[in-house]
Amino acid sequence: MRNRLSSILAVLLLTGNVVADDAPGLGMPLSAQDQADLPAVIMADGSGLPDGEGNALLGEQVFQDKCMICHGPRGMGGSALELVGDRALLATAYPDKGIAVYWPYGPPLFDYIRRSMPPSVPYSLSNEEVYAVIAYLLELSDLLESGAYLDADRLSMIRMPNRDNFTEVYQPVK
Amino acid sequence: MRLIKKSSVAATPSETEKSKTPSATSHRRQFIKRAAGVVSLGATGTATQLAAEKLPESWQVPGGDFSNYGQPRTAIDSPIRWVSADRSLSGDGVSWTPLHALEGTITPNGLHFERHHNGVPVIDPARWQLTIHGAVKQPLVFDLNTLHRYPMTSRISFIECGGNSNSLWHPTPAQAPTGYVHGLVSCSEWTGVPLSVLMDEAGIDKNARWLIADGYDASGVAVSIPMDKILDDTLVALYQNGEPVRPENGFPARLLVPGWEGIVNVKWLRALRASDVPQMSRFDTVSYTDLQKDGSIERFSFEMGVKSVITSPTAGDTLSQHGYHQISGLAWTGSGQVSRVEVSTDGGNHWIEAVLQPPVLDKALTRFRLPWRWDGAPVTLRSRAYDSNGLAQPDRATLLENRGTNMYYHYNAVVVFSIAADGSVRHVYA
Repeated sequence: MRNRLSSILAVLLLTGNVVADDAPGLGMPLSAQDQADLPAVIMADGSGLPDGEGNALLGEQVFQDKCMICHGPRGMGGSALELVGDRALLATAYPDKGIAVYWPYGPPLFDYIRRSMPPSVPYSLSNEEVYAVIAYLLELSDLLESGAYLDADRLSMIRMPNRDNFTEVYQPVK
Repeated sequence: MRLIKKSSVAATPSETEKSKTPSATSHRRQFIKRAAGVVSLGATGTATQLAAEKLPESWQVPGGDFSNYGQPRTAIDSPIRWVSADRSLSGDGVSWTPLHALEGTITPNGLHFERHHNGVPVIDPARWQLTIHGAVKQPLVFDLNTLHRYPMTSRISFIECGGNSNSLWHPTPAQAPTGYVHGLVSCSEWTGVPLSVLMDEAGIDKNARWLIADGYDASGVAVSIPMDKILDDTLVALYQNGEPVRPENGFPARLLVPGWEGIVNVKWLRALRASDVPQMSRFDTVSYTDLQKDGSIERFSFEMGVKSVITSPTAGDTLSQHGYHQISGLAWTGSGQVSRVEVSTDGGNHWIEAVLQPPVLDKALTRFRLPWRWDGAPVTLRSRAYDSNGLAQPDRATLLENRGTNMYYHYNAVVVFSIAADGSVRHVYA
């Protein structure tokens, strides 16, 4: 594909049209300020997580107000995906795909919940509320003690128990 | 029942069959008689001589008006998408391409399948921007007018949702026509700017092996795509079958990642962030991953497998005539070109090579056909595809043996239709 494009551009050059470069070069440089204004990309290692913190007590309140209607009480039995499940059931006929087994990293929970939840008003929770609701869900998943709080550092340090159980089908070209 | 040999593909129906079936000519005569009758009723006493001449009615009245944008004929049996969305969240769901009601290989734009995670966003093209940032030498922004000045290229390519056909992981076969089971695949001519050109302009850092892409919709969809694939054949698609990409397919720009599961073909494209590692977003590691028999989970399973389905006849049809029928279907593969499609009409004991309709294109839907005579006895029809990469479509038992039943995506097993003595067609697993 790249070779084919180069040859198209080479033809332009030969026919005498004014194409000084072999690339259009029309992109507008992004200023440092514009870069700083971009919504953060939150990575698996926690880079991009915002300041602030939230605890599981507030998280329970947020969950009951805004999440339970679809995800069910304590993250089970709702119309939306199950959030809390039995980790032992993964290799059975009826697996539970809760957060504890299906999320290999903690920080992407922040990214996804902030951007998409609740779906009727996405990107409406405060950073404190997002940290809090994650703390509550990880408490229900037996990954945090009762009443624990989360911030960027603490969320990044959580080792999700099923992390090493993922295999990658795609293998990069050498 | 017997299969027609390839050499007799173009043969006309036999004399015995003609005697059983009213000919097209006699059908037309009946139609014209009826039409002429209507005309003579409406023109009593003025032009009765027209009835004798058996003119088509439409010769005698002016036709309809021009239109700015043509619409398909609407009738009870017009091809439509079936929609299945979350009852409490109408923007989360799918609509299927009615593959069984279409022919050829190109999907009409209004019938391209949809998978939205939180609805179709309203985007003002005058304010749309694409940002390339992260591990690049010069972060760049492109507006739509600028992007339209770049060299473009076109390719015909399918897009298939990773979850296509996934009802068939269940133990009972779905009784719906082909498109409403397998129609999360569509094929279009996509035109746009090779993403490699834009990435080269930004200057990719040496260690940036991934590109994290997201869109302007409210779903939080973000995916990590290997840079190798981005530089190989990924397009920023601006046109779909010659017209601007439809809103439900990503207007004003979407990624086309040929042969790879639908989710990475990001619609309403917003930002591309080069990175040395994948983001491990929800869409990298939770959805679009597959639970295996041993409890391990496969992720980054981008490439769609080799697959074929018969589109005619299909579940819900009733064959009312014995004799000549045409088996017609679609085959595709994410790893290259379809090299061969075989059809069996005897439970998989014998396989006959179907005719592939040219052009057979890389990572595009390929039409196959096989003329066939039905003798009226119960029968099963099935197809299996092979590709240029040496892959073969598995039968269902083999797929389940290898993969278990906890998979959700990437179902590509052989599909079987049974035809009963009364002509009714059902989907079966046998």
